[in-house]
Amino acid sequence: MIPEVGQLALILALLLAVVQGTLPLIGAQRGIGAWMELSRPLAAGQFLFVAIAFLCLAWSFLANDFSVLNVASNSNSQLPAHYRVAATWGSHEGSMLLWVLMLSLWMQAVSIFSQSLPREMLARVLSVMGMVSVGFLLFLLLTSNPFERLAPPAADGNDLNPLLQDPGMVVHPPMLYMGYVGFSVAFAFAIAALLGGRLDATWARWSRPWTTAAWCFLTLGILIGSWWAYNELGWGGWWFWDPVENASFMPWLVGTALVHSLAVTEKRGAFKRWTVLLAICAFSLSLLGTFLVRSGVLTSVHAFATDPERGLFILVFLAVVIGGALMLFALRAPQVGGGGRFETVSRESFLLANNVLLIVAAGSVLLGTLYPLVLDALSGGQTKISVGPPYFEAVFVPLMSPMVFLMGVGPVARWKQATLPELWTLLRWAFAVSLVVAVLVPLAAGGGSWGLRLGLFLALWILAATMVSVRERIRNFRGAVRERLAMQPRAWWGMILAHLGVAVFIAGVTVVGTYETERDVRMAIGDTVEMGGHVFRFDGTTEATGPNYRAARGTVTVLRDGREVLTLHPEKRTYNASGMAMTEAAISTGVLGDLYVSLGEPIDASTWSVRVYHKPLVTWIWAGCVLMAFGGLLALSDRRYRLRSSQRQREAVATSPA
Amino acid sequence: MNRFLLPFGIFLVLLGFLFVGLKLNPREVPSPLIGKPVPEFTLPQLHEPAQAFSPQSMRGRVWLLNVWASWCVSCRDEHPLLVEFARSNPVAIIGLNYKDKPDDARAWLAQLGNPYALSVSDRDGRVGIDFGVYGVPETFVIDKQGIIRHKQIGAVTADALREKILPLIRELEQG
Repeated sequence: MIPEVGQLALILALLLAVVQGTLPLIGAQRGIGAWMELSRPLAAGQFLFVAIAFLCLAWSFLANDFSVLNVASNSNSQLPAHYRVAATWGSHEGSMLLWVLMLSLWMQAVSIFSQSLPREMLARVLSVMGMVSVGFLLFLLLTSNPFERLAPPAADGNDLNPLLQDPGMVVHPPMLYMGYVGFSVAFAFAIAALLGGRLDATWARWSRPWTTAAWCFLTLGILIGSWWAYNELGWGGWWFWDPVENASFMPWLVGTALVHSLAVTEKRGAFKRWTVLLAICAFSLSLLGTFLVRSGVLTSVHAFATDPERGLFILVFLAVVIGGALMLFALRAPQVGGGGRFETVSRESFLLANNVLLIVAAGSVLLGTLYPLVLDALSGGQTKISVGPPYFEAVFVPLMSPMVFLMGVGPVARWKQATLPELWTLLRWAFAVSLVVAVLVPLAAGGGSWGLRLGLFLALWILAATMVSVRERIRNFRGAVRERLAMQPRAWWGMILAHLGVAVFIAGVTVVGTYETERDVRMAIGDTVEMGGHVFRFDGTTEATGPNYRAARGTVTVLRDGREVLTLHPEKRTYNASGMAMTEAAISTGVLGDLYVSLGEPIDASTWSVRVYHKPLVTWIWAGCVLMAFGGLLALSDRRYRLRSSQRQREAVATSPA
Repeated sequence: MNRFLLPFGIFLVLLGFLFVGLKLNPREVPSPLIGKPVPEFTLPQLHEPAQAFSPQSMRGRVWLLNVWASWCVSCRDEHPLLVEFARSNPVAIIGLNYKDKPDDARAWLAQLGNPYALSVSDRDGRVGIDFGVYGVPETFVIDKQGIIRHKQIGAVTADALREKILPLIRELEQG
């Protein structure tokens, strides 16, 4: 019964979405007030029904209803309750339902927080989101019904893929989807602005918080995915340039460009067409990512069940949404003025340069991701290649290095017009200090690559240049330093934090890439291996049983200067239902570095192959991402968003051409 | 010409490739070796290095060539299946021990069981190149005339064995 309720709720949500995607939009074009007013109640209704559908599916999982195909394929009666909840979005169907839930959640949020928007604008925004929702609800109902029944019911389920049985996997998809789908708000604002023929600073001000929010979620989502891979895949890597990872990284790069470009459009009225194109691209890449992951056109470690019929559906959907949006852009963009003027040396041009570099980087990731497919298609299925980390690293570092360098210059430069000698005076000490330290550290550490020097320089450069920008910022305020700092708006602090996050991130990536050590050794009971000043002693394995798996649980004692400091328990698990073997690494996390031990294969009764890693500063990679996301959240909490007076809104509306 | 049409144009090209890509299976890697005679080689045997092996000696028999190495993780996954196969089938499996140390290889077989009629040592991987090996394990099915009829990339699975390899062997044995 419950699954049928969920199914019905989805159908009702679809009907509401169809109305939402049409009537308010027509109303806005023709000036029919009543039709425009429909958009908010329709969004609320859609959210309600999608939420009911989602809860019905979650209930089916929690109650072990194996008469539902989705539950029978992705859960098991032995699976712990929290993973049964997570299994709701562990399957293809469930994750698409999660996607729709996120979309309706964003719609509801727009409908609540954007009441001060002009009626036409709100109606158009919600209507565009409604259209996107129609596509995804149809996709669910036609090709990926999460409530499909299984007759006769299965006695027990096939269990959730053991790779997904990890706390990281419980939160990774919702975060990532919040980010992906969040860009639909920026997209809807862009389309609404193009439709209404009004592309101005007001539009940028409305889109900004939504874009920043989506960007924060996406940052956190990618971070958790990376952390999950590090914990769960058992070989200590944190980024693999896998097509599915790239699919989330491309919208992030474009989203980062969009966040900055929106700032310029709001403050200076410049880059209008560019910003609107970025907003379209960010969401288009989110959709493309979904297509790549869900259609199976690319191979990937994520290896989800794939189906060409679904692929075709998403492809048609992509053609309609992205194609339509880009066509609209092509028609309307010529009518939009270029906006504020600026000199070659100015904050605008630094931000523009950064934007271009980010887009080129996203383009090169797209190229690397799709190149195997393109080559395959051109050769009629005869040429199969794969593009791996060497390509991405070779392309990415040269593109990102100047971008990161400009990150230090941009916040110090003046809007509209700056001069190079003035910038040099401000930044020369920051430049000299970072350069000297970046040269001295490898000397002291006994050598290092050019990559190490470059990475250290860039991290220190951001740190030093950011400090300069803080000093410059508070120079013209009065009072004690602390008071002057406290006076600054949170949006500005958010930028500072996010930029420092990039510095922390680069430091982590550089140091772990240079100084990590790895040993793959055969260890009998009592054998030791030394690494990074620690001695690892293998004390054998014992049998252990978990709720739905059996495991060989190893004991590795870590000694420092002959004293026992730590005991690690890596596991080799075999899951009961699927028979899949999983390596569960034991990781001791520290600010200065991680000790990472995972069990390889048993060689005989008491001997195992054991992998031991020392990963200095690896945590900084994720700490940097957390700082970036936190910077975004801080910017969101700025009082201008909380106290956005409706009066100022009305003024803004009155001054801009309708 | 409206320059703002450019993004739309790029998107159309991308769409075209995605459409074609949808019909291709990225997992299916064609081997140019199918239907070709097995590459000639002479290599020392793993257990008796003084003796050489060459595929010519297998003429008139259907046989399998399995590329393996003691350092290869997936080889461990398929190994029990090969052992079981060797126990229940008269078809010989020849092991091509790829880029491995003979001592390690012998120890590995001693521990996990030896399904191979014999293994040969391809220490520098030269013969592997002739076979187009790019991932270990790989398994070739070779007919009585010495023609390669099938190539299994990656570990042999129970499904692949039951649905593809065994029926093919039965067919080839009759021919």
